[in-house]
Amino acid sequence: MKTKLKLKEKLFSGNLGFTLFSIVIGFVVGAIVLLIAGFNPLEAYSVMISGVFSRPKYISWTIIYATPIIITGLSVAFAFRTGLFNIGAEGQYIIGSLVATAIGYFLKLPPVIHFIFVFITAALAAGLWGAIAGYLKAKFGVHEVIATIMLNWIALYLNNYFVMLEGFKRPQSETSYEIQNTASITILENWKYSDVGREWLSNYPILKDILAAPVNLGFLIAILLAILVWYILNKTTLGYELRAVGFNRHAAEYGGINVEKSMVISMFIAGALAGIAGALQVTGVTKSVAILAAMEGYGFDGIAVSLIGSNTAFGSIFSGLLFGMLKYGGPKIQPFLRAPSEVVNIVIGTIVFFVAIPKFIRMLGSLMNKKRGEKNVG
Amino acid sequence: MFKKVLSLLMVSVFILTLAVGCGAGGQNDTGENEDKVKIAMVTDVGGVNDQSFNQSAWEGLQRAEEELGIEVSYLESNQDADYIPNLETLLDANNDLIWGIGYKMGNAILEAAKQNPDQKYAIIDYAYEDTPDNLVGVVFKAEQPSFLVGYIAGKMTETGKVGFVGGIKSAVIDGFDYGFHAGVKYANPDVEIIRQYAESFTDSAKGKAIATNMFQNGADIVFHAAGAVGDGVIEAAKEQGKYAIGVDRDQNYLAPDNVITSAMKRVDNAMFNMAKELKEGNFPGGQTVVYGLKEGGVDIAPTTSKHVPADILEEVEELKQKIIDGEIVVPFNEETYNEFISENIK
Repeated sequence: MKTKLKLKEKLFSGNLGFTLFSIVIGFVVGAIVLLIAGFNPLEAYSVMISGVFSRPKYISWTIIYATPIIITGLSVAFAFRTGLFNIGAEGQYIIGSLVATAIGYFLKLPPVIHFIFVFITAALAAGLWGAIAGYLKAKFGVHEVIATIMLNWIALYLNNYFVMLEGFKRPQSETSYEIQNTASITILENWKYSDVGREWLSNYPILKDILAAPVNLGFLIAILLAILVWYILNKTTLGYELRAVGFNRHAAEYGGINVEKSMVISMFIAGALAGIAGALQVTGVTKSVAILAAMEGYGFDGIAVSLIGSNTAFGSIFSGLLFGMLKYGGPKIQPFLRAPSEVVNIVIGTIVFFVAIPKFIRMLGSLMNKKRGEKNVG
Repeated sequence: MFKKVLSLLMVSVFILTLAVGCGAGGQNDTGENEDKVKIAMVTDVGGVNDQSFNQSAWEGLQRAEEELGIEVSYLESNQDADYIPNLETLLDANNDLIWGIGYKMGNAILEAAKQNPDQKYAIIDYAYEDTPDNLVGVVFKAEQPSFLVGYIAGKMTETGKVGFVGGIKSAVIDGFDYGFHAGVKYANPDVEIIRQYAESFTDSAKGKAIATNMFQNGADIVFHAAGAVGDGVIEAAKEQGKYAIGVDRDQNYLAPDNVITSAMKRVDNAMFNMAKELKEGNFPGGQTVVYGLKEGGVDIAPTTSKHVPADILEEVEELKQKIIDGEIVVPFNEETYNEFISENIK
């Protein structure tokens, strides 16, 4: 009970204030970087902020940018709480989006059912992909960081191989065919471009502006998933066992928990979450997968999102939104100030750095403490 | 402690609010010269400093700014999902013309053009079957300069082996690939060509590894059509003391002793010409503009004379004329290449 209270205290007083303070420091140091590069930081930040908030459409886009990284953030956070570092969210995301596109394009099912089927298969496939790393760790002691980094590349080239296949690749392009409309979760997708829709929307400019972006159900699903993750971790026996393994695997084993099984299950759930992120991005925004010249970074962003959100489910939602704002609003500095993207990325990176670093130090501290504790036990 | 943090926070928020207020004032100033023509471009994932066509495109726009007094800007894409929001950002910034650079943006530009019929769009490296009136596709006959550099490679190789490094297989890269093959075989049918794709346009370490491997297998000249991967190819040539052939821009400056020539795609000329036509009110909407040797849209690099002997250069000039006159039709894919080989090489 004592530790629980402590956690709560941390969350509501020190931690939250600390995070907000770090965000501000990040912006200030980012401003110094902009000044050194010869740009007016006040102008840059105002372009960024108005680029996120000045129109309903921009807010829609910010949420769309935030959705996949909220969920990959959940994936990383879930694994982290169970003592595993899931760098493989990137690869699991790729597998999820690839399977979602394949099922969404080749199968012909009625609406809603089609989406649910896409959702489940993508989650299963990516979950199994994640479970490979869990199995390797449980059976052979292969560190999950190494295994998941390798699996990321395998996923990337697997994606490129399948997208190139005849019958899946759209001719004259580097992308696959688009998914059937029945699998889409974009709101009012066909209607808003139809004549009736255009006419009706022209009377409601705000609604029209909101729908100008591919608004979809992804964000709502992300919130539901956050609740689910919180519930599993905190309210179920499974979550208790997984967390126990995370705190101290030897103690957990001594307490009668099947550690090996826990690791596989934990990586399966983390993988499934990252795969869902990919599936929602495909069914809501991109509608297809493309040949990837490089990692797109949804999974890696998830690590930062999880870190900023203190590895909690609900923290991931807010840090994901912050990250979405930076990712969508940040590049808008470019055409206005002619700032090279390197400068923009340095500013974004600085903010993330300052937000993440105190957490990171604290986390290292707690790890050290634990190590010391273990030594004492031994 | 918490109080301190809170007060600091309040101060920072205050400063930030101030910043927003001041910034908004600054924005109004730029809105004054609205009669100026505004052109903006969205790069593909290569970014604006890719030593290749994105950079070339931006150079073209910068020239238009200097010589024609046009207001120009660019926006870089980090991932494929950025194309549509980036195009929208530039749409909201009241540009007269919005460019998409690279065939990867083909669909995004077409969608944008259909949804905003009053906005002019143009795209590099993409030809539509049915182009809307507010859109122009610009394509280059990349096979023509590739043929010429292939000819130079075929004549200059001492080991009888040359290499080709491609980015990711596509119609555009096929033009480079088969044009080069045809040029080499036209110069000397006995020369062997090693071909490998890097499956990337960004991984220069991979380009270096592939090229190093080719050089070690006996090739002495390697041509690349792979964006930033090519930086690695040129790097490998420099290290091994072998020759490389650049692409898109004159890449001799990357390794003055090793890059013997470059297959240039004058994206900058195309961008500049379009800016000029837009300013004069002759925007060729609804059409596909083709740039070949004839139109000055492709060529070999001016620095070629540094390394290539004068007699070969003369032959290249003759070939150039033959291509312009239509005597030689350079193949651009596997099918036309096979026809070309069976017709021209005994």
